[in-house]
Amino acid sequence: MGNGTSIGRVRGLGSSHHGAQHWLVQRFTAIGNLILVIWLLASLAFMPGYDYATVSTWLAKPVSATAMILLILSTFWHARLGVQVMMEDYVHDHGLKFAALAALNVVPLAAGAFGVICVLRLALGAH
Amino acid sequence: MAQTHSNRPLSPHLQIWRWGPAMLVSILHRVCGNALAFGGLGLLLWWLGALASGPEAYGTFIHWVWTPEPDRAIQSFTSILGKIAIVGLTWAFFQHMVSGLRHFVLDVGAGYELETNSRWSIATIGISIVLTILFWAVVLLR
Repeated sequence: MGNGTSIGRVRGLGSSHHGAQHWLVQRFTAIGNLILVIWLLASLAFMPGYDYATVSTWLAKPVSATAMILLILSTFWHARLGVQVMMEDYVHDHGLKFAALAALNVVPLAAGAFGVICVLRLALGAH
Repeated sequence: MAQTHSNRPLSPHLQIWRWGPAMLVSILHRVCGNALAFGGLGLLLWWLGALASGPEAYGTFIHWVWTPEPDRAIQSFTSILGKIAIVGLTWAFFQHMVSGLRHFVLDVGAGYELETNSRWSIATIGISIVLTILFWAVVLLR
C-alpha cells in the first residue's frame, strides 16, 4: 500500500462502492429478461408456422415490435454486465483484460443497435 | 505495489473445490449465461437481420440452421449443428432462468441451509430439463 498520493492510499483496499449499481441493474434487467424471453418463447411455440410471411407479419405488429426492442435492450444490457463479471474473474492479464472490457463497452451497443434497426425496418413497413 | 502480486485467490479454482450441487449449479449459471450472451444473442441477431432483409435472406438462415436444401451437403451438416445449438440454447435459457430465480431467493437471505440449498440446486436442473422438453413438445407435436 502506498502512503503518498490519494490513489496510492486506497489501492488494494477493496470496494469503491460502485458494485451495488452493477448488482442492482443485473437484477432489474433479469426481471425484464424473465418476462420478455418467456413472451418470445411462448410466441414462437404457439406460432401457426415458421415461414417468412407468418413470422415477419407477427414481428411487424406494434406490440411484438415493441416487446422485441425491449427484449434486445434488456438482454444485451444484462449480457454485457454478466460477461464483464466473467472477464474480471477469468482474464488475469492486465492488457488483455483492458482490451476485453473496452470491447465490452462497444460490441453489445453496436449489436443491440443493429437488432433494434432490424425490428424497426419491419415494423415501419419495409416489406 | 504489494497488491500487484497478492496471494488472494483468483478464479478459476475449480480444481481445488470438491464438486457439489451448489457449485455445479453456480458454474452452470455462468456457462449457460455466457452461451446465451454469445450464441443466443448472436443467433437472435442473425434471425432478426434475415427477417429484416427479406424472404430470400430468411430462407438462407433457415437452410443453414434448420432445414437444409436437398442438394447442399454442407447445409445438411450445419443444420444438425443448428438444431443442437438451438435446442441447447433453450435448455441454457431455462437453466439460467430457474437458477436466476433461485438467486433471487438467496438474495433475500433464504435457502442457505445445507440440505435445502442442495435440494434446490438439483431441482433447478430437473425443472430446466422439464421446461425444455415441454417447450419442444409444444413446438413439434402441436
